[in-house]
Amino acid sequence: MDKKEYLNLYHQMVLIRRLEETAAELYQKGEIGGFLHLYIGQEAVSTGIIAARQPQDQVITAYRDHGVAIYVGSSANEVMAELLGKATGISKGKGGSMHMADISKQFYGGHAIVGAHLPIAAGLALSNHMQKNDAVTIAMFGDGATNIGFFHEAANIAMAWKLPILWVCENNRYGMGTSTERASAVSDIIQKACGYGMQAYDVDGMDVIAVKDMVRERLAEIRSGSGPQFLEVCTYRFRGHSMGDPERYRTKSEVKKFIEKGPIDRFRKFLLNEKIVPEEELNQIDSQVIGEIEAAVTFAQESPNPPEEALFENIYVESVGGA
Amino acid sequence: MAIITMREAISQALWEEMERDEKVFIQGEEIGVWGGTYAVTKGFLDHFGSERVRDTPIAEAAIVGSAIGAAMAGMRPVAELMTINFAFAAMDHIVNEAAKMHYMFGGQFRLPLVIRAPGGGGRQLAATHSQTPDAIFAHFPGLKVVAPGTPADAKGLLKEAIRIDDPVLFIENATVYQQKGEVPEGDYTIPIGKSKVQREGSDVTVVAYSKMVPYSMQAADILAKEGVEIEIVDLRSLRPLDMSPVIASFKKTNRAVIAEEGWRSYGVGSEVAARIYEEAFDYVDAPVRRVAQKEVPLPYNAHLEQLALPQVDDIVNAVREVLR
Repeated sequence: MDKKEYLNLYHQMVLIRRLEETAAELYQKGEIGGFLHLYIGQEAVSTGIIAARQPQDQVITAYRDHGVAIYVGSSANEVMAELLGKATGISKGKGGSMHMADISKQFYGGHAIVGAHLPIAAGLALSNHMQKNDAVTIAMFGDGATNIGFFHEAANIAMAWKLPILWVCENNRYGMGTSTERASAVSDIIQKACGYGMQAYDVDGMDVIAVKDMVRERLAEIRSGSGPQFLEVCTYRFRGHSMGDPERYRTKSEVKKFIEKGPIDRFRKFLLNEKIVPEEELNQIDSQVIGEIEAAVTFAQESPNPPEEALFENIYVESVGGA
Repeated sequence: MAIITMREAISQALWEEMERDEKVFIQGEEIGVWGGTYAVTKGFLDHFGSERVRDTPIAEAAIVGSAIGAAMAGMRPVAELMTINFAFAAMDHIVNEAAKMHYMFGGQFRLPLVIRAPGGGGRQLAATHSQTPDAIFAHFPGLKVVAPGTPADAKGLLKEAIRIDDPVLFIENATVYQQKGEVPEGDYTIPIGKSKVQREGSDVTVVAYSKMVPYSMQAADILAKEGVEIEIVDLRSLRPLDMSPVIASFKKTNRAVIAEEGWRSYGVGSEVAARIYEEAFDYVDAPVRRVAQKEVPLPYNAHLEQLALPQVDDIVNAVREVLR
């Protein structure tokens, strides 16, 4: 890896962090509505994955999706505008926080019904298989999704049909407020993949380089015909499940322990210790990101709301009005 | 014009579309090696091969969900549910995914997806396998719901459903697969969301769809002998719902009967009746009557089952009622 690549990873993670911190502030002010699920603490996961993919590889994820949306190539402006429900948003203000997608970047959303996007992911992989292209589908989901039937139907059909797909379980230890120990029959999620005969791996989700290297290897093998593979990424969210989370299910000391091993601080230390980048360059990126997000907020705030005509647009490909 | 069965019409539509466009493929339980449990896809596997005629596990969320994904990425899947009763196991994917995908992401994704689902009662399959839950699916904007009543419409509507870029639930009634009818020669499509007058008459408007169309035709023959001419308006699509031919007919007859196989409460008849009252209240000469299934889970016993299902005589009697 060259210096530019390291800096890119650092920039990306800091950008996601700053986006999410700002989103939390805007939510408190009432500028963002609905539910808001922050990616703070998990930045290394999407950053590592997206850095490892090829442009033709499709990405689909759950509702904690800002970190993917902003890195697949969509601008912070479009993401922020979507959070504010504006016409310039990535989903034209119709999807909000949980439903961001950018088909031009092979990002298939942002899906808010737990696990329901997994059979859809198998279908994306099926289209790659049938069209004989070399794209691989990357399906991201939380540990909680492995307890619902959709996961099992999707894992089974993908394996039965040998589809080119990488299942990435972001194990952040809690499905909302219920720990994996309390919700899952097996505490090692990876065992579930083994049950379907899939090659399965795990990786430290606080280490962006480890995630990136692991995903790159997995994608290469799948691309050369291995069939589906499974990757459990061990991570942690520093904030609540969503903005209205009383966090009665975990202790402050547990959270503190993980924050101390957080992905951005860790990567920063690595870059400095290995003398890859001088500190002032990292500080420069930090201030640059603050500017980027400030600009995105200004763009979003100044953007128009969707016009009233938009209410009836895109129900079907051809308009049928309110029929 | 050739005379063929409903089953043949549906089969021909699938076959011709698969020949026409290699992105069209079918998947579902027992559609390949078995040939389809209702034999609609018999011979398809040998001709088109196992890549495009995909036998699936018994896993409805995977059948519909993977078809959605394939459609989002450029394929044109036709997913078959062995019966519409199994659609409930795929309800999230039909309602929360297929019906929302185009709108919720600001029009980015197109879903050229057809879900075929045979339903209907009268075969002694008891409560879980005999339902006609069409109205539930018609409730959701974003989904198109088609339920043809003649072989000609079945063929043309299915071909149209495969060619458009919206998700379509194509509801068949398994008890009338042997129903015969004239079908135009050659390639043709019929637009979704257009009701059609299937038989002209001046005394009473009978609104029907799916199996209630042939039933209404039989009722028309009985009533004609009494000197009563009913006009049969076939909805063909439940969403989008085209009320224009219904309202035009009602303004002529001032009386209406609505026939459906599903339950009366919150049903298709409820919606159509409400719209008649909203749009043509000044033309009402008699209360609109609904013919529908009795409000019970369908029983296994043949006599009890038929007692619960709407019959031709129920339509005949309802017409006599509105003329009283």
